[in-house]
Amino acid sequence: MRLRLRPCGNYKERYEEELPIFETDFGRLCCIAGLVLLFFVIPFVFGHYGLYVLNHVGIYAIATVGLNILIGFTGQISLGHGAFFGVGAYTAAILMTRLHVPFLASILAGGIFTAVVGLIFGIPSSRLKHLYLTISTLAGQFILEYIFVHWKSLTGGTEGLILPKSTIFGVPLRGDRAFFYVIFVFFVLFLWVAKNVVRTRYGRAFVAIRDNDQAAEGMGIPIFRYKLLSFAISSFYTGFAGAIWAAYIGSITPEPFTFGLSIEFIAMIIIGGLGSITGSDFGATVITLLNEFLSQAASYFMNVKGLAGAALTIAPLREFFFGLIIVLFLIFEPRGIAEVWRIVKSSFRLWPFSY
Amino acid sequence: MGFFLQLLVQGLSIGCLYAIAALGFVMIFKSSSVLNFAHGELLAIGAYIFLVLAVWLKLPIYAVFILTFLGSFALGFAIERLFLRPMIGEALIEVIMLTVGLSAMFKGLILFIFSGNTYVYPSFLPAHLTLRIGGIAISPVYTATFLITATFLVLFGLFFKYSSQGIYMRSVADNQVASLSLGVNVRRVFALSWAIAALVCAMSGIILGIINGINVHDLSKMGLKVFPVVILGGLESIGGAIIGGLIIGLIETFVSGYLSTSLRDVVAYVVLVIILMVKPYGLFGLVEIERV
Repeated sequence: MRLRLRPCGNYKERYEEELPIFETDFGRLCCIAGLVLLFFVIPFVFGHYGLYVLNHVGIYAIATVGLNILIGFTGQISLGHGAFFGVGAYTAAILMTRLHVPFLASILAGGIFTAVVGLIFGIPSSRLKHLYLTISTLAGQFILEYIFVHWKSLTGGTEGLILPKSTIFGVPLRGDRAFFYVIFVFFVLFLWVAKNVVRTRYGRAFVAIRDNDQAAEGMGIPIFRYKLLSFAISSFYTGFAGAIWAAYIGSITPEPFTFGLSIEFIAMIIIGGLGSITGSDFGATVITLLNEFLSQAASYFMNVKGLAGAALTIAPLREFFFGLIIVLFLIFEPRGIAEVWRIVKSSFRLWPFSY
Repeated sequence: MGFFLQLLVQGLSIGCLYAIAALGFVMIFKSSSVLNFAHGELLAIGAYIFLVLAVWLKLPIYAVFILTFLGSFALGFAIERLFLRPMIGEALIEVIMLTVGLSAMFKGLILFIFSGNTYVYPSFLPAHLTLRIGGIAISPVYTATFLITATFLVLFGLFFKYSSQGIYMRSVADNQVASLSLGVNVRRVFALSWAIAALVCAMSGIILGIINGINVHDLSKMGLKVFPVVILGGLESIGGAIIGGLIIGLIETFVSGYLSTSLRDVVAYVVLVIILMVKPYGLFGLVEIERV
């Protein structure tokens, strides 16, 4: 068997040839090498803190891949995904603490229940164009936040819930490394599913709706159904990520699931690249690292004498940086890091005769 | 009955605040069909400019008003020039997300400079504005709010209906490309509408500041509260914004008075979802024929 590396021109003759995920065997090799690196090298190289950060990257990447299917591919903005993340987390937490449902079943249920909740807030978008989904998810964000705090008998109110130790088929999940495997197995699985969803009939329908909804309807795409489907898929992803997060952290309070988290998710996909599955992972990585960097910087300044004041001023700057990054990317590189990555790759490929 | 009246007056006054907060939002939406998620921060910026001029620099009050208005007008221009103009021609969702980014940016900046404390303005309203209706005293602030809201309503109604700039704005909102080809200066329309909106926001921010003191978190929450108001009234209707504001204000006060205080913050959004499901174009909104 001969490896197909990069051809020196575009020799595609049929549409099917445009479809494969990997155009060349080189890409496939890179992917396999990446997976080996991910599962057999990284967990043993990084320490606790490194794995902790990586786990967060993985969880957020799952959530943002989902959000990107909605915003990047279907062109519907959601400002409620912070709360949907929370719905997943709370569903899993409640199932595990109150009903003693096993870990895998609870996180799956977390995803499914979030999809249902998402659908409820997605219904208004059926009748109207894009703006209205944004507003109804905004309402969803605040209503859900309210429920997290005030339905004390179910969610534990502001004290929150403490989850029991998670087990998979009787094997207890202990420590960052165990969760690293859980998170990244699901991450790879969900990435694969998303990659395939967007290049099938469904994904193409989503893109058609994004680019021109009237034309899409004219071509026989039932817009309402596809918009809701996209919304359900995206809330499922986010809810699932939230559920894993709850199990990983081990205790949840309503605090993290605010409007700010929704904006963070949006920042992730804008930075990564709208309408790019790999882009969402870049975005999740950058924002998580930025977050960690800023909180490390804050705690560093906290310990240095005379700079404790500076530590306090860093906290609001976090929000400022998120905003600034969103704005700068939208103005200068609306297609995000994914596009930068593509340009870098193609400049290598075309070197020395780039045009 | 006394309690009911009390709630009624309180609800109407809060409603007026919502209405006046919504005006600037409708202004931007009408001219560029952008949902401005940075609205609360625009309110806050106006309020803080006023604070700096009135409390820190201790200027006379009329100068403070004039300078605040000039400053926020210029700020509106600047925001449009720096952030919105590069986005002309881009998809609407990108512009909307840009305002989400702007909102986080401004909020962070204000928190950085002023921190999250609540500041209070010196009192400057004449006491003879106090009204008495059936034993309930209405404080001068609320009277001023009523007056200002009414004035702005009339001014904007006239502006959009009769002035050429107002008509340009409506045409741009309706169809950017068509109005470009008919010779409307779309850039100027955008710049002007952001400038006017920033001015109106400053006015609203100042009023909110007089009543509650100013705090970034409250004001940015207020900016999001605008959404139920304008959806209820109909997105492009200024009269609708006023009515919507009053209704939301009343609902909030009555719910917190008779049911539970904690429901106060969330009831507006419940109303919002119900309206989106039942009557999505609001009470006075334009019903678009294309339903895709």
